[in-house]
Amino acid sequence: MYNFDVVTPKTVADAVAALGEEDAQALGGGQTLIPTLKQRLASPSKLVSLTGIDEIKGIRTDDSGVLCIGGGTSHSTIAGEGSAYPALAALAGNIGDPAVRNRGTIGGSLANNDPSACYPAAALASGATIVTNSREIAADDFFQGMFTTALDDAEIITEIRFPVPEKANYQKFEQPASRFSLVGVFLAKYADGVRVAVTGASNDGVFRWSEAETALSSNFSVDALDGLSASSDDMIADMHGSAEYRAHLIGVLTKRAVAAAG
Amino acid sequence: MAKVQMTVNGKSVSGEVEGRTLLVEFIRGKLELTGTHIGCDTSQCGACLVHVNGQAVKSCTMFAAEAEGAEVTTIEGITGKDGSLTAVQQAFQDYHGLQCGFCTPGMVMSATALLKDNPKPSEAEIREYLKGNICRCTGYHNIVKAIMAASGQDVGAIAAE
Repeated sequence: MYNFDVVTPKTVADAVAALGEEDAQALGGGQTLIPTLKQRLASPSKLVSLTGIDEIKGIRTDDSGVLCIGGGTSHSTIAGEGSAYPALAALAGNIGDPAVRNRGTIGGSLANNDPSACYPAAALASGATIVTNSREIAADDFFQGMFTTALDDAEIITEIRFPVPEKANYQKFEQPASRFSLVGVFLAKYADGVRVAVTGASNDGVFRWSEAETALSSNFSVDALDGLSASSDDMIADMHGSAEYRAHLIGVLTKRAVAAAG
Repeated sequence: MAKVQMTVNGKSVSGEVEGRTLLVEFIRGKLELTGTHIGCDTSQCGACLVHVNGQAVKSCTMFAAEAEGAEVTTIEGITGKDGSLTAVQQAFQDYHGLQCGFCTPGMVMSATALLKDNPKPSEAEIREYLKGNICRCTGYHNIVKAIMAASGQDVGAIAAE
Protein backbone atom coordinates (compact mmCIF):
# COMPACT_ATOMS: atom_id res chain seq x y z
CA MET A 1 0.00 0.00 0.00
CA TYR A 2 1.01 3.58 -0.55
CA ASN A 3 0.92 5.39 2.75
CA PHE A 4 -1.86 7.69 3.90
CA ASP A 5 -3.27 9.11 7.10
CA VAL A 6 -6.32 7.59 8.76
CA VAL A 7 -8.70 9.81 10.69
CA THR A 8 -11.61 8.53 12.77
CA PRO A 9 -14.25 11.25 13.14
CA LYS A 10 -17.18 10.69 15.49
CA THR A 11 -19.76 12.79 13.64
CA VAL A 12 -20.95 13.13 10.06
CA ALA A 13 -20.11 16.84 10.13
CA ASP A 14 -16.49 16.13 11.08
CA ALA A 15 -16.24 13.41 8.45
CA VAL A 16 -17.56 15.70 5.72
CA ALA A 17 -15.08 18.37 6.75
CA ALA A 18 -12.22 15.86 6.61
CA LEU A 19 -13.35 14.68 3.18
CA GLY A 20 -13.08 18.23 1.91
CA GLU A 21 -9.30 17.91 1.76
CA GLU A 22 -7.74 17.05 -1.56
CA ASP A 23 -7.40 13.30 -2.24
CA ALA A 24 -9.24 12.35 0.94
CA GLN A 25 -11.45 9.30 0.62
CA ALA A 26 -14.15 7.76 2.82
CA LEU A 27 -13.46 4.34 4.37
CA GLY A 28 -16.54 2.31 5.26
CA GLY A 29 -15.97 -1.22 6.53
CA GLY A 30 -12.97 -1.50 4.23
CA GLN A 31 -13.77 -4.96 2.91
CA THR A 32 -13.38 -3.74 -0.67
CA LEU A 33 -11.26 -0.63 -0.24
CA ILE A 34 -8.48 -2.22 1.84
CA PRO A 35 -7.86 -5.01 -0.73
CA THR A 36 -7.94 -2.30 -3.42
CA LEU A 37 -5.33 -0.26 -1.54
CA LYS A 38 -3.16 -3.35 -1.15
CA GLN A 39 -3.09 -3.68 -4.92
CA ARG A 40 -2.11 -0.01 -5.19
CA LEU A 41 -5.20 0.67 -7.27
CA ALA A 42 -6.00 3.71 -5.11
CA SER A 43 -3.72 6.31 -3.57
CA PRO A 44 -5.66 8.58 -1.23
CA SER A 45 -3.71 11.00 0.93
CA LYS A 46 -6.16 10.53 3.76
CA LEU A 47 -8.76 7.92 4.65
CA VAL A 48 -11.74 9.13 6.61
CA SER A 49 -13.01 6.13 8.57
CA LEU A 50 -16.79 6.16 9.01
CA THR A 51 -17.01 3.21 11.41
CA GLY A 52 -16.79 5.36 14.54
CA ILE A 53 -19.83 7.48 13.64
CA ASP A 54 -22.69 6.16 15.76
CA GLU A 55 -25.31 8.47 14.23
CA ILE A 56 -25.22 6.54 10.93
CA LYS A 57 -25.62 3.09 12.48
CA GLY A 58 -28.76 1.18 13.27
CA ILE A 59 -32.14 0.15 11.90
CA ARG A 60 -35.54 1.69 12.53
CA THR A 61 -39.00 1.66 10.99
CA ASP A 62 -40.56 5.08 10.43
CA ASP A 63 -44.21 6.02 10.92
CA SER A 64 -45.16 4.98 7.38
CA GLY A 65 -43.54 1.55 7.71
CA VAL A 66 -40.42 2.38 5.73
CA LEU A 67 -37.31 0.51 6.91
CA CYS A 68 -34.54 3.04 7.52
CA ILE A 69 -31.01 1.68 7.78
CA GLY A 70 -28.02 3.81 8.73
CA GLY A 71 -25.30 3.90 6.09
CA GLY A 72 -22.71 2.64 8.56
CA THR A 73 -24.75 -0.42 9.54
CA SER A 74 -22.94 -3.72 9.03
CA HIS A 75 -24.24 -6.60 6.94
CA SER A 76 -24.40 -8.79 10.06
CA THR A 77 -26.58 -6.24 11.87
CA ILE A 78 -28.95 -6.04 8.89
CA ALA A 79 -29.05 -9.85 8.68
CA GLY A 80 -29.86 -10.07 12.38
CA GLU A 81 -32.12 -7.06 12.90
CA GLY A 82 -33.65 -6.43 9.49
CA SER A 83 -36.53 -8.87 9.92
CA ALA A 84 -39.06 -6.19 8.91
CA TYR A 85 -37.79 -6.83 5.36
CA PRO A 86 -36.94 -10.56 5.27
CA ALA A 87 -35.59 -10.67 1.70
CA LEU A 88 -33.19 -7.84 2.49
CA ALA A 89 -32.05 -9.48 5.74
CA ALA A 90 -31.47 -12.74 3.87
CA LEU A 91 -29.44 -10.93 1.22
CA ALA A 92 -27.27 -9.31 3.90
CA GLY A 93 -26.72 -12.64 5.64
CA ASN A 94 -25.33 -14.21 2.48
CA ILE A 95 -22.67 -11.64 1.59
CA GLY A 96 -19.07 -12.85 1.82
CA ASP A 97 -18.49 -14.68 5.09
CA PRO A 98 -19.31 -13.92 8.76
CA ALA A 99 -16.14 -11.90 9.46
CA VAL A 100 -16.58 -9.83 6.30
CA ARG A 101 -20.23 -9.19 7.25
CA ASN A 102 -19.12 -7.89 10.65
CA ARG A 103 -17.08 -5.12 9.01
CA GLY A 104 -18.72 -4.39 5.66
CA THR A 105 -21.46 -1.76 5.58
CA ILE A 106 -24.49 -1.12 3.40
CA GLY A 107 -23.45 2.47 2.76
CA GLY A 108 -20.00 1.38 1.68
CA SER A 109 -21.42 -1.19 -0.71
CA LEU A 110 -23.87 1.24 -2.31
CA ALA A 111 -21.27 4.00 -2.62
CA ASN A 112 -18.86 1.60 -4.31
CA ASN A 113 -21.56 0.28 -6.67
CA ASP A 114 -19.65 -2.84 -7.66
CA PRO A 115 -21.45 -4.26 -10.73
CA SER A 116 -21.74 -7.63 -8.95
CA ALA A 117 -22.65 -6.45 -5.45
CA CYS A 118 -25.93 -7.52 -3.85
CA TYR A 119 -27.24 -4.35 -2.16
CA PRO A 120 -27.58 -2.26 -5.34
CA ALA A 121 -30.14 -4.78 -6.60
CA ALA A 122 -32.10 -4.54 -3.35
CA ALA A 123 -32.04 -0.75 -3.32
CA LEU A 124 -33.07 -0.43 -6.97
CA ALA A 125 -35.79 -3.10 -6.81
CA SER A 126 -37.19 -1.52 -3.65
CA GLY A 127 -37.21 2.00 -5.05
CA ALA A 128 -35.16 2.95 -2.00
CA THR A 129 -34.13 6.48 -1.14
CA ILE A 130 -30.43 7.07 -0.50
CA VAL A 131 -30.05 9.81 2.07
CA THR A 132 -26.75 11.67 2.32
CA ASN A 133 -25.45 14.47 4.51
CA SER A 134 -26.82 16.96 2.00
CA ARG A 135 -29.78 15.49 0.08
CA GLU A 136 -32.06 12.56 -0.76
CA ILE A 137 -31.44 10.58 -3.96
CA ALA A 138 -33.90 8.10 -5.50
CA ALA A 139 -32.32 4.73 -6.26
CA ASP A 140 -33.38 5.16 -9.91
CA ASP A 141 -31.08 8.21 -10.10
CA PHE A 142 -28.34 6.96 -7.77
CA PHE A 143 -26.72 4.17 -9.80
CA GLN A 144 -24.96 5.62 -12.82
CA GLY A 145 -22.90 2.73 -14.19
CA MET A 146 -20.17 0.42 -12.99
CA PHE A 147 -18.53 1.85 -9.82
CA THR A 148 -20.27 5.16 -10.51
CA THR A 149 -22.98 6.84 -8.45
CA ALA A 150 -24.64 10.22 -8.07
CA LEU A 151 -22.54 10.90 -4.94
CA ASP A 152 -20.29 13.95 -4.91
CA ASP A 153 -16.75 13.70 -3.58
CA ALA A 154 -17.36 14.74 0.00
CA GLU A 155 -20.81 13.19 0.30
CA ILE A 156 -21.62 10.43 2.79
CA ILE A 157 -24.55 8.03 2.74
CA THR A 158 -26.21 8.50 6.11
CA GLU A 159 -29.33 6.38 5.64
CA ILE A 160 -31.10 4.16 3.14
CA ARG A 161 -34.90 4.11 3.24
CA PHE A 162 -36.54 0.92 1.98
CA PRO A 163 -40.30 0.84 1.40
CA VAL A 164 -41.19 -2.69 2.54
CA PRO A 165 -42.84 -4.66 -0.27
CA GLU A 166 -45.76 -7.09 -0.03
CA LYS A 167 -43.53 -9.85 -1.37
CA ALA A 168 -39.88 -10.00 -2.26
CA ASN A 169 -37.09 -12.42 -2.99
CA TYR A 170 -33.43 -12.28 -3.94
CA GLN A 171 -31.89 -15.01 -6.06
CA LYS A 172 -28.11 -14.98 -6.08
CA PHE A 173 -26.21 -17.23 -8.46
CA GLU A 174 -22.98 -17.16 -6.53
CA GLN A 175 -19.51 -17.08 -8.01
CA PRO A 176 -18.06 -19.37 -5.36
CA ALA A 177 -14.52 -17.97 -5.22
CA SER A 178 -15.41 -14.30 -4.83
CA ARG A 179 -18.86 -14.90 -3.30
CA PHE A 180 -20.16 -12.02 -5.37
CA SER A 181 -23.13 -12.73 -7.58
CA LEU A 182 -22.36 -14.04 -11.04
CA VAL A 183 -25.91 -12.83 -11.58
CA GLY A 184 -28.37 -11.76 -8.91
CA VAL A 185 -32.04 -10.85 -9.30
CA PHE A 186 -34.00 -8.94 -6.65
CA LEU A 187 -37.76 -8.98 -7.08
CA ALA A 188 -40.11 -6.76 -5.07
CA LYS A 189 -43.90 -6.64 -5.38
CA TYR A 190 -45.64 -3.47 -4.23
CA ALA A 191 -49.28 -2.50 -4.37
CA ASP A 192 -48.56 -0.34 -7.42
CA GLY A 193 -46.43 -2.82 -9.33
CA VAL A 194 -43.47 -5.17 -9.43
CA ARG A 195 -39.84 -4.10 -9.67
CA VAL A 196 -37.05 -6.40 -10.85
CA ALA A 197 -33.40 -5.37 -10.46
CA VAL A 198 -30.47 -7.31 -11.86
CA THR A 199 -26.89 -7.23 -10.60
CA GLY A 200 -23.77 -9.01 -11.80
CA ALA A 201 -24.82 -9.07 -15.42
CA SER A 202 -24.47 -5.72 -17.13
CA ASN A 203 -21.41 -3.69 -18.04
CA ASP A 204 -23.46 -0.71 -16.84
CA GLY A 205 -23.95 -2.18 -13.37
CA VAL A 206 -27.30 -2.80 -11.72
CA PHE A 207 -30.38 -2.27 -13.92
CA ARG A 208 -34.13 -2.86 -13.95
CA TRP A 209 -35.55 -5.52 -16.27
CA SER A 210 -38.57 -3.55 -17.41
CA GLU A 211 -40.15 -6.25 -19.63
CA ALA A 212 -40.32 -8.62 -16.67
CA GLU A 213 -41.69 -5.84 -14.46
CA THR A 214 -44.52 -5.15 -16.91
CA ALA A 215 -45.38 -8.84 -17.26
CA LEU A 216 -45.30 -9.52 -13.53
CA SER A 217 -47.21 -6.38 -12.61
CA SER A 218 -50.22 -7.60 -14.58
CA ASN A 219 -49.80 -11.29 -13.70
CA PHE A 220 -47.57 -12.19 -10.75
CA SER A 221 -46.74 -15.74 -11.72
CA VAL A 222 -43.84 -17.74 -13.12
CA ASP A 223 -45.87 -18.34 -16.31
CA ALA A 224 -45.99 -14.60 -16.97
CA LEU A 225 -42.28 -14.76 -17.75
CA ASP A 226 -42.62 -17.46 -20.42
CA GLY A 227 -41.19 -16.25 -23.70
CA LEU A 228 -39.37 -13.32 -22.10
CA SER A 229 -35.62 -13.24 -22.35
CA ALA A 230 -33.15 -10.57 -21.34
CA SER A 231 -30.95 -9.22 -24.11
CA SER A 232 -27.30 -10.23 -23.97
CA ASP A 233 -26.26 -6.88 -25.47
CA ASP A 234 -23.74 -5.19 -23.18
CA MET A 235 -23.71 -8.06 -20.68
CA ILE A 236 -20.50 -8.85 -18.81
CA ALA A 237 -18.49 -11.63 -20.45
CA ASP A 238 -15.53 -13.10 -18.57
CA MET A 239 -13.91 -16.42 -17.66
CA HIS A 240 -16.85 -17.21 -15.37
CA GLY A 241 -19.58 -16.83 -17.94
CA SER A 242 -20.41 -15.47 -21.38
CA ALA A 243 -22.81 -12.63 -22.06
CA GLU A 244 -25.39 -15.13 -23.34
CA TYR A 245 -25.03 -17.27 -20.22
CA ARG A 246 -25.59 -14.29 -17.96
CA ALA A 247 -28.62 -13.18 -19.98
CA HIS A 248 -30.04 -16.68 -19.67
CA LEU A 249 -29.47 -16.69 -15.91
CA ILE A 250 -31.49 -13.48 -15.55
CA GLY A 251 -34.59 -15.25 -16.86
CA VAL A 252 -34.00 -18.35 -14.77
CA LEU A 253 -33.34 -16.45 -11.56
CA THR A 254 -36.32 -14.15 -12.06
CA LYS A 255 -38.58 -17.19 -12.37
CA ARG A 256 -37.05 -18.69 -9.26
CA ALA A 257 -37.57 -15.41 -7.40
CA VAL A 258 -41.26 -15.31 -8.36
CA ALA A 259 -41.70 -18.93 -7.26
CA ALA A 260 -39.89 -18.32 -3.97
CA ALA A 261 -41.77 -15.08 -3.25
CA GLY A 262 -45.03 -17.06 -3.51
CA MET B 1 2.80 8.08 12.30
CA ALA B 2 0.01 8.35 14.82
CA LYS B 3 -0.54 6.87 18.22
CA VAL B 4 -3.12 4.15 18.63
CA GLN B 5 -4.40 2.75 21.90
CA MET B 6 -6.51 -0.36 22.40
CA THR B 7 -7.09 -3.23 24.81
CA VAL B 8 -5.65 -6.54 23.63
CA ASN B 9 -6.38 -9.67 25.65
CA GLY B 10 -7.37 -7.52 28.61
CA LYS B 11 -4.22 -5.39 28.61
CA SER B 12 -4.13 -1.77 27.56
CA VAL B 13 -1.57 -1.35 24.77
CA SER B 14 -0.49 1.52 22.57
CA GLY B 15 1.98 2.18 19.81
CA GLU B 16 2.91 4.39 16.90
CA VAL B 17 1.48 3.21 13.59
CA GLU B 18 1.32 4.39 10.01
CA GLY B 19 -2.11 4.87 8.50
CA ARG B 20 -1.56 1.77 6.37
CA THR B 21 -0.54 -0.45 9.30
CA LEU B 22 -2.97 -3.37 9.39
CA LEU B 23 -4.36 -4.59 12.68
CA VAL B 24 -2.65 -7.95 12.13
CA GLU B 25 0.69 -6.19 11.61
CA PHE B 26 0.23 -4.29 14.86
CA ILE B 27 -0.68 -7.48 16.72
CA ARG B 28 2.21 -9.51 15.33
CA GLY B 29 4.89 -6.87 14.81
CA LYS B 30 4.37 -4.43 17.69
CA LEU B 31 2.81 -6.68 20.29
CA GLU B 32 4.71 -9.81 19.21
CA LEU B 33 1.56 -11.90 19.53
CA THR B 34 2.38 -14.21 16.64
CA GLY B 35 -0.40 -16.71 17.21
CA THR B 36 -2.51 -14.67 14.79
CA HIS B 37 -1.33 -15.70 11.35
CA ILE B 38 -1.18 -13.99 7.98
CA GLY B 39 -2.20 -16.51 5.36
CA CYS B 40 -3.46 -14.91 2.19
CA ASP B 41 -3.48 -11.21 3.15
CA THR B 42 -6.52 -10.84 0.88
CA SER B 43 -9.27 -11.62 3.45
CA GLN B 44 -10.01 -15.01 1.92
CA CYS B 45 -8.42 -17.48 4.35
CA GLY B 46 -9.28 -16.37 7.88
CA ALA B 47 -5.94 -17.32 9.49
CA CYS B 48 -5.79 -13.75 10.86
CA LEU B 49 -9.23 -13.88 12.47
CA VAL B 50 -9.47 -12.10 15.83
CA HIS B 51 -12.33 -10.68 17.86
CA VAL B 52 -12.84 -6.91 17.87
CA ASN B 53 -15.41 -5.75 20.41
CA GLY B 54 -16.62 -9.34 20.55
CA GLN B 55 -17.06 -9.79 16.80
CA ALA B 56 -15.06 -12.00 14.44
CA VAL B 57 -12.94 -9.83 12.15
CA LYS B 58 -10.20 -10.53 9.65
CA SER B 59 -7.34 -8.49 11.05
CA CYS B 60 -5.61 -8.29 7.65
CA THR B 61 -8.56 -6.24 6.39
CA MET B 62 -8.78 -3.63 9.11
CA PHE B 63 -6.32 -0.87 9.93
CA ALA B 64 -4.77 -0.65 13.38
CA ALA B 65 -5.99 2.95 13.53
CA GLU B 66 -9.57 1.72 13.17
CA ALA B 67 -9.16 -0.31 16.37
CA GLU B 68 -8.57 2.82 18.47
CA GLY B 69 -10.26 2.22 21.82
CA ALA B 70 -11.41 -1.28 20.84
CA GLU B 71 -11.31 -4.50 22.83
CA VAL B 72 -9.32 -7.03 20.81
CA THR B 73 -8.98 -10.71 21.63
CA THR B 74 -6.44 -12.93 19.91
CA ILE B 75 -5.81 -16.66 20.16
CA GLU B 76 -3.40 -15.95 23.02
CA GLY B 77 -6.18 -14.30 25.00
CA ILE B 78 -8.72 -17.11 25.16
CA THR B 79 -6.83 -19.66 27.29
CA GLY B 80 -7.01 -19.62 31.05
CA LYS B 81 -4.32 -17.84 33.05
CA ASP B 82 -2.82 -21.22 33.93
CA GLY B 83 -2.62 -22.11 30.24
CA SER B 84 -5.67 -24.37 30.34
CA LEU B 85 -7.38 -24.84 27.01
CA THR B 86 -10.91 -23.70 26.21
CA ALA B 87 -13.50 -26.30 25.26
CA VAL B 88 -12.98 -25.43 21.58
CA GLN B 89 -9.20 -25.78 21.80
CA GLN B 90 -9.45 -29.06 23.71
CA ALA B 91 -11.90 -30.44 21.17
CA PHE B 92 -9.59 -29.51 18.28
CA GLN B 93 -6.92 -31.57 20.04
CA ASP B 94 -9.24 -34.46 20.89
CA TYR B 95 -10.74 -34.74 17.42
CA HIS B 96 -7.54 -34.02 15.50
CA GLY B 97 -9.01 -30.82 14.07
CA LEU B 98 -5.65 -29.72 12.72
CA GLN B 99 -2.74 -31.05 10.80
CA CYS B 100 -0.17 -28.39 9.95
CA GLY B 101 -1.87 -25.97 12.34
CA PHE B 102 -1.48 -22.84 10.25
CA CYS B 103 -5.20 -22.10 9.94
CA THR B 104 -5.94 -23.26 13.50
CA PRO B 105 -5.80 -19.92 15.35
CA GLY B 106 -8.34 -18.50 12.92
CA MET B 107 -10.46 -21.65 13.04
CA VAL B 108 -10.54 -21.61 16.84
CA MET B 109 -11.39 -17.90 16.98
CA SER B 110 -14.10 -18.36 14.36
CA ALA B 111 -15.57 -21.38 16.16
CA THR B 112 -15.47 -19.48 19.45
CA ALA B 113 -17.40 -16.59 17.89
CA LEU B 114 -19.93 -18.99 16.41
CA LEU B 115 -20.62 -20.77 19.70
CA LYS B 116 -21.06 -17.47 21.51
CA ASP B 117 -23.93 -16.55 19.16
CA ASN B 118 -25.21 -20.06 18.51
CA PRO B 119 -24.35 -22.50 21.34
CA LYS B 120 -25.75 -25.58 19.56
CA PRO B 121 -25.11 -25.12 15.83
CA SER B 122 -26.06 -27.79 13.35
CA GLU B 123 -23.41 -29.33 11.13
CA ALA B 124 -24.70 -27.21 8.23
CA GLU B 125 -24.51 -24.03 10.32
CA ILE B 126 -20.92 -24.83 11.32
CA ARG B 127 -19.89 -25.40 7.70
CA GLU B 128 -21.66 -22.21 6.64
CA TYR B 129 -19.98 -20.19 9.40
CA LEU B 130 -16.55 -21.50 8.41
CA LYS B 131 -16.97 -20.25 4.83
CA GLY B 132 -14.31 -17.62 5.46
CA ASN B 133 -11.77 -19.97 7.07
CA ILE B 134 -9.71 -22.07 4.71
CA CYS B 135 -7.87 -25.25 5.74
CA ARG B 136 -5.81 -27.08 3.14
CA CYS B 137 -5.01 -30.14 5.29
CA THR B 138 -7.99 -31.55 7.09
CA GLY B 139 -10.81 -31.46 4.59
CA TYR B 140 -12.78 -29.79 7.43
CA HIS B 141 -14.42 -32.97 8.75
CA ASN B 142 -12.42 -33.12 11.96
CA ILE B 143 -12.78 -29.38 12.47
CA VAL B 144 -16.55 -29.71 12.22
CA LYS B 145 -16.47 -32.70 14.57
CA ALA B 146 -14.40 -30.71 17.07
CA ILE B 147 -16.88 -27.84 17.05
CA MET B 148 -19.81 -30.23 17.44
CA ALA B 149 -18.01 -31.79 20.40
CA ALA B 150 -17.10 -28.43 21.92
CA SER B 151 -20.78 -27.53 21.85
CA GLY B 152 -21.67 -30.74 23.66
CA GLN B 153 -23.26 -32.42 20.66
CA ASP B 154 -22.94 -35.89 19.20
CA VAL B 155 -20.22 -36.05 16.57
CA GLY B 156 -21.06 -39.54 15.33
CA ALA B 157 -23.71 -38.35 12.91
CA ILE B 158 -21.41 -36.17 10.82
CA ALA B 159 -21.32 -37.47 7.31
CA ALA B 160 -17.97 -38.08 5.66
CA GLU B 161 -18.79 -36.25 2.46
